[in-house]
Amino acid sequence: MIKHIVKRILIAIPVLICVILVIFVMLRILPGNPAETMAGEHVSQAVIDKISREMGLDEPLYIQFFKYLANAVRGDFGTSYRLNRNVTGIILEAFPNTVKLSICAAVIAWVIGITAGLVAAINQNRILDRLFMGVSLAGVSMPVFMIALVLQYLFAFQFKIFPVSGYDSLACMVLPAISLGWNSAGSIARMTRSNLVEVMQGDYIRTARAKGLRESGVIIGHALKNAMLPVVTMMALQISSMLSGAVLTESVFGIPGIGRLAVNAIETRDMPLLQGTVIFTTILVIIGNLVADILYSVLDPRIREVA
Amino acid sequence: MDKRKNRLRESTDAGAGAEMRQADRVYGAQAGGADGLQAGYADALEAEAIGEAETWKEQLKKLARQNKLAVFSAVLIGVILLIAVFAPVTAPYDPYAQDLVNRLAAPSAQHWLGTDDLGRDMASRIIYGARISMAIGLLPTMISMVIGTILGLIAGYYGGKVDFVIMRLADVMLAFPSLLLAMVIMYTMGGGLVNIFIALSLVNWAGTARIVRSQTLSLKEAEYVEAARSIGVKGRTILLRHILPNCLPSLIVLFTLNIPSAILSEASLSFLGVGAQPPSASWGLAVVRGKKYLFTEPWLSIAPCAAIMIVVLAFNFLGDGLRDVLDPYLKEQ
Repeated sequence: MIKHIVKRILIAIPVLICVILVIFVMLRILPGNPAETMAGEHVSQAVIDKISREMGLDEPLYIQFFKYLANAVRGDFGTSYRLNRNVTGIILEAFPNTVKLSICAAVIAWVIGITAGLVAAINQNRILDRLFMGVSLAGVSMPVFMIALVLQYLFAFQFKIFPVSGYDSLACMVLPAISLGWNSAGSIARMTRSNLVEVMQGDYIRTARAKGLRESGVIIGHALKNAMLPVVTMMALQISSMLSGAVLTESVFGIPGIGRLAVNAIETRDMPLLQGTVIFTTILVIIGNLVADILYSVLDPRIREVA
Repeated sequence: MDKRKNRLRESTDAGAGAEMRQADRVYGAQAGGADGLQAGYADALEAEAIGEAETWKEQLKKLARQNKLAVFSAVLIGVILLIAVFAPVTAPYDPYAQDLVNRLAAPSAQHWLGTDDLGRDMASRIIYGARISMAIGLLPTMISMVIGTILGLIAGYYGGKVDFVIMRLADVMLAFPSLLLAMVIMYTMGGGLVNIFIALSLVNWAGTARIVRSQTLSLKEAEYVEAARSIGVKGRTILLRHILPNCLPSLIVLFTLNIPSAILSEASLSFLGVGAQPPSASWGLAVVRGKKYLFTEPWLSIAPCAAIMIVVLAFNFLGDGLRDVLDPYLKEQ
């Protein structure tokens, strides 16, 4: 067990370094000198050279990379060109908003997704099943910003139940969280249904029924537990798409989270900030996947044996 | 889910592989003339091709019988494609022509979906936008799948260090939230449609590579591949003639299901302002432009959203249907 976990962690480390390398190289093949961008217009070459030297941009690329890597390990992602502040500080300021949003969205996705999947599986191939699965596929097919705009129009403008934007109260979080959770709810519902349908064919379900358990007892006590296994991992794996979606949700609702930061960094051509946000987000995803992987092997002994 | 299956598969594959190799040695010893074998092998190939053609037809018939929704979606996609290709004929107005007197007009008989803030006919812009979305859906998806397929075949067939390097690269690519990675590429190369094509082609190959690799791993232990190898067919030929055709059903399903995510990625990038640039008729761009008028002229943002949703939904329904008949292995991964 521990061997398995250690192995997983050891595999994750080179992936992490490669992630940083990929982003680093991608942003360095950009034409134009970052020092020039930082200095602004109408500045003499001497000033640009000085900034270049201060930022270490005159050194060979691989030395720059190792320096960046060494700093990143210590939690230092460099200095923002535009805001002239430590990137790590800016990210940590924005991060709680994204976390708040994502957690609310995840809760909504779980509750809606599992309930819908359960109802659909119980009514397999009947109208309710078809309806729920159709709606969930529609949910998966909607762009995040569409749900956001429709919700804004209906619940903030027409019925005036929730505020249009903002991020400081729970009421403000309702619409963004639904927008972000909607897609995941769709895929969780579909997965819950298909797993449950598969599990319900097992021998132990027949045994449970044969010993006179009520249907609700069979489903909750026996089937659901096994059907939820893959859903648990999927939820963790969805951290990635959630963070992608958060970029859009934050942009529509004006929430100053990590996604907004990345978009701002592109708009102001702030390379260190963009680099920092993307690397930080990707590290989160890798950790999420690692946790999912370990969780899975804890929950399902069969995986441990194979590994 | 996907990982677990792969792992289970790999472990059983390894066992099967050992058995096969043993069998290979026995047959190798028995095989007298390579020529005779070659002839038999060609016959087998032909039989295999005929069998495949029949099952394909049958499978499509099954799809038509079972899943009306998928058929309807296929027809819808066809219609949208036609409308998009013949946009100059099908669009009632020039999508770029401004009419500042008639700006922000409500939907009417003249302008089905009203006009935007520059007086451009929304219906025409959405028709032209379909061109962009369809092109984005088809082309980069195809390119990324070709890349993924080649890498997956190589990794699965040759194994060893090549496999390790390719799959770790795939791990790295899959670790990125895809939208953010595409954003970084767009930042480096600048906005514009051509750059979206490049960004999306580069970002999405890893998933395909993984699936093709795992299929190659099991297919390369199949008897007919062993037979081909034992008579000295070259690796490349085996990959292209024997393994690739058997991956095709999965690839077709995957292709259909990857198209909508490419369309959504383009729309999202354009929505964020790092994708298509004005005056492009991109749907994502139309949404962000219309967003300013959400509470007064909601159709300006909702109409392009609806267009995106309809196309994406159609591809998802079709992909779902195709998966059910062509490739049970991919089901709900």
